Amino acid sequence: MSDPMLLKVDDLKMHFPVHGGIFYRQIATVFAVDGVSFALPHGKTLGLVGESGCGKSTVGRALLRLYDPTDGQVLFDERDITELKGEQLRELRLGMQMIFQDPFESLNPRHTIGDILEEPFIIHQMGSPAERRAKVLELLDKVGMPADAVHKYPHEFSGGQRQRIGIARSIALKPKLIICDEPVSALDVSIQSQILNLLLDLQQEMGMAYLFIAHDLSVIKHVSDQIAVMYLGRVVEIADSEDMYANPQHPYTQALIASIPVPDPRQRKDFKPLQGEVPSPLNPPPACHFVDRCAYVQEICHREKPMLRSLEDDGHQVACHFAGELRASQR
Amino acid sequence: MSEPLLQVKHLATEFQTEQGLARALDDISFEVNAGETLGIVGESGCGKSVTSLSIMRLLPKPAGNIVQGEVIFDGQDLVQLPADDMHNIRGNRIAMIFQEPMTALNPVYRIGRQLGETLALHNPKMSKSDIRDASIRMLERVGIPAPERRLKEYPHQLSGGMRQRVMIAIALLCNPEILIADEPTTALDVTIQAQILQLLKDLQQETGMAIIFITHDLGVIAELCDRVLVMYGGRIIEQADINTLFDKPGHPYTRGLLKAIPRLDQPPKEELSTIRGMVPSLFDFPPGCRFQNRCDFVQERCRQETPELETYNDGQQVRCFRFRELVNE
Repeated sequence: MSDPMLLKVDDLKMHFPVHGGIFYRQIATVFAVDGVSFALPHGKTLGLVGESGCGKSTVGRALLRLYDPTDGQVLFDERDITELKGEQLRELRLGMQMIFQDPFESLNPRHTIGDILEEPFIIHQMGSPAERRAKVLELLDKVGMPADAVHKYPHEFSGGQRQRIGIARSIALKPKLIICDEPVSALDVSIQSQILNLLLDLQQEMGMAYLFIAHDLSVIKHVSDQIAVMYLGRVVEIADSEDMYANPQHPYTQALIASIPVPDPRQRKDFKPLQGEVPSPLNPPPACHFVDRCAYVQEICHREKPMLRSLEDDGHQVACHFAGELRASQR
Repeated sequence: MSEPLLQVKHLATEFQTEQGLARALDDISFEVNAGETLGIVGESGCGKSVTSLSIMRLLPKPAGNIVQGEVIFDGQDLVQLPADDMHNIRGNRIAMIFQEPMTALNPVYRIGRQLGETLALHNPKMSKSDIRDASIRMLERVGIPAPERRLKEYPHQLSGGMRQRVMIAIALLCNPEILIADEPTTALDVTIQAQILQLLKDLQQETGMAIIFITHDLGVIAELCDRVLVMYGGRIIEQADINTLFDKPGHPYTRGLLKAIPRLDQPPKEELSTIRGMVPSLFDFPPGCRFQNRCDFVQERCRQETPELETYNDGQQVRCFRFRELVNE
């Protein structure tokens, strides 16, 4: 039987050297991603959420091999992709595509929409010119764009329409996985919901999996089957969407959910916001990364790195020494 | 009832652009009362920022011009005020903070100098040591740790949240009666945003200043504001107190916006309701009601006539011909 998991990431690390001084030696290391593990089943969505600098985008880029991971194993479709080169990489990207945050910068301004959408087929040498053009029209239709867009340039479209074009390009080769890196954060609310619906519809129709990266937990929860919360290069909690919201275990997840302004004036919060700021990834705290901001911090948190562990059998995993005990004491 | 602190009456602002004259604001009227927080919410290009720039007379010149209307503050019309007099009000009695503190702070001056400059400008008789003390006290008040050290630092040495705190400190130095906050937390992470919102609430309690809070985020509006203006296409399309707006939104646009937000208490992977079409640019608003080409309740009349902003129960104002029928649905 084939593996139900499309993607298995095991202890992925992505460290960037910082050079400086007169001999331009390496003087420091940015621990952008510091041991991240998760698995994503076929046709499902994993949401990767966290604040700026937590390493969520770096994870996405490392998976696509836009960066070469420092360490760790990535199994995509039962194949280790961390060592692929040249032609094999091209083949990998047949199965894995990306949607970017900025629909203004990710489309070549000098190419028509037709050129942009035809390019994946040309690169992978698929179909005759006539077949390719038919496919381009089909793609435009799928993402709800008019056929006459073919002859237009990206600047003639609004942000939401450009994001539709970006989506059309990413589904062109019928990939098994699409990495969506903040696909709606540059869009207005009324447009954001259109794009989210489109992504959900396409997944239903075509059955691909999404790794959905965003900083907005409400958006993440809306599209994801499972959510992984990242903090300073590490996953601190993984759970089913509903469970993550109803029953957050890590103190950071709890604070993150409490910080989200609820669009209902009768639910105004009177809470003490999470204090302090995210420490620099150049010099993270040695054990638990959250120690400086955590309200429940104990001596062990400074000494021992908490491992991601399951509390029950429901797939809910938390990286905190005191997971399971915090909720009880809070209430 | 006392006089409102600020009254904006039929304000209209135009921009001269390559594509011709664009009316960015059309017939904007509202009031701000002492000590209240007024939210202005809308999507990109709706005119919410132009409103604040018009009040502050900070429109980019020569392109932007107020072509009509009055802004009454303390018995004077700010639109007609000579530049010198406006200078005394701006930053002193009405202060402003912006979305990106990095562009609003001067990158080559130390924090101490930027605070000191503001104090010296509006209080020419202050001594150097008084200025320093006042600066340190102010930084402490906005929750900046080790303020003496921060005075010697440059903006790039601070994080985004700290920079926004410095901006707030500068804005509050002269005890303004009104603080205009233009998307002050949009560039910040959500835990830092929560800190800044809490800070603004605390400072308002302390000083009694009025806040005009401009944002695209209805969550932030719900968290902070007493009253809300909803803008679309350079016009106010709804004005209501906070509970009314969220309980029974009047304008189809407001309703659509509220329904389109993904909420944490909804089950995942469900179809979101949407507003069809896209946010039009200043040049392609349809005739009549500017929302008519995206509205689910559009009628022939909406395509031809412009609805007025009319006042209904509880002071709720709505710019829609069909408000009375729709509100009972």
